[in-house]
Amino acid sequence: MTVLELQKILDAELVCGEEHMDREVHTACGSDMMSDVLAFVKEQAVMLTGLVNAQVVRTAEMMDMKVIVFVRGKCPDASIVSLAKQLDIVVLKTKLEMFTSCGRLYEAGLRGGCNANG
Amino acid sequence: MDEIKLHFEVSGDDFTRAGEASGEVKRVLKEIWFSSAVIRNVSIAMYEGEINMVIHAGGGEIDVEISPECISMVLADHGPGIENVELAMQEGYSTAPDNVRCLGFGAGMGLPNIKKYTDEMDIQTELGVGTTITLKVYNQ
Repeated sequence: MTVLELQKILDAELVCGEEHMDREVHTACGSDMMSDVLAFVKEQAVMLTGLVNAQVVRTAEMMDMKVIVFVRGKCPDASIVSLAKQLDIVVLKTKLEMFTSCGRLYEAGLRGGCNANG
Repeated sequence: MDEIKLHFEVSGDDFTRAGEASGEVKRVLKEIWFSSAVIRNVSIAMYEGEINMVIHAGGGEIDVEISPECISMVLADHGPGIENVELAMQEGYSTAPDNVRCLGFGAGMGLPNIKKYTDEMDIQTELGVGTTITLKVYNQ
């Protein structure tokens, strides 16, 4: 799906990266633990998280992720958004909870892409 | 390509800036055209090390040497040292305080992750003196 489709599925608000809404994404992960994202994830394009700090963006950068979705109504501050812009990462925010967000995206065809169980 | 040497001072005061050095190394590696797998392995290992420095040791220094065959990183700090390296290498073992977990780290995956993403890893540590971790990722 495209980032635009993902945004609609999650009723999400675009925070930055409007020039990349036609990016194709096929895999995602959801975690509030960046250590786990760095440990267990591979080739994922989208990260859903309820954690809000600059290390979320840094983690996405290291993992070559293209999109960050802040769930549960979490709102990134200006410094986080600025870093995401600098690194060409799309940022969305949704009021949906993590479970519901992941469920909707899974139903729409996104998959985990983890090493262990795909 | 000539060997490239990079030096970074990692501040221990500002958690928001942790990862800047790793991001810079990632950018340099991309310009030289290493494979995405090599670039990611180096980035993740160094980032975990950088986060560790900030969380546990009040910052430190990182020296990176990039040659066509190998990327080596030396991460040195003057923190408290690691009391039990064997335990610290176990997945899930962490001495990080709760405030660090609130920041998304401290799951006990740092050192195991570094080992996972590198070809060689050496830890020299002395209590009260500091820790030096030497890492190598080969360009395979």
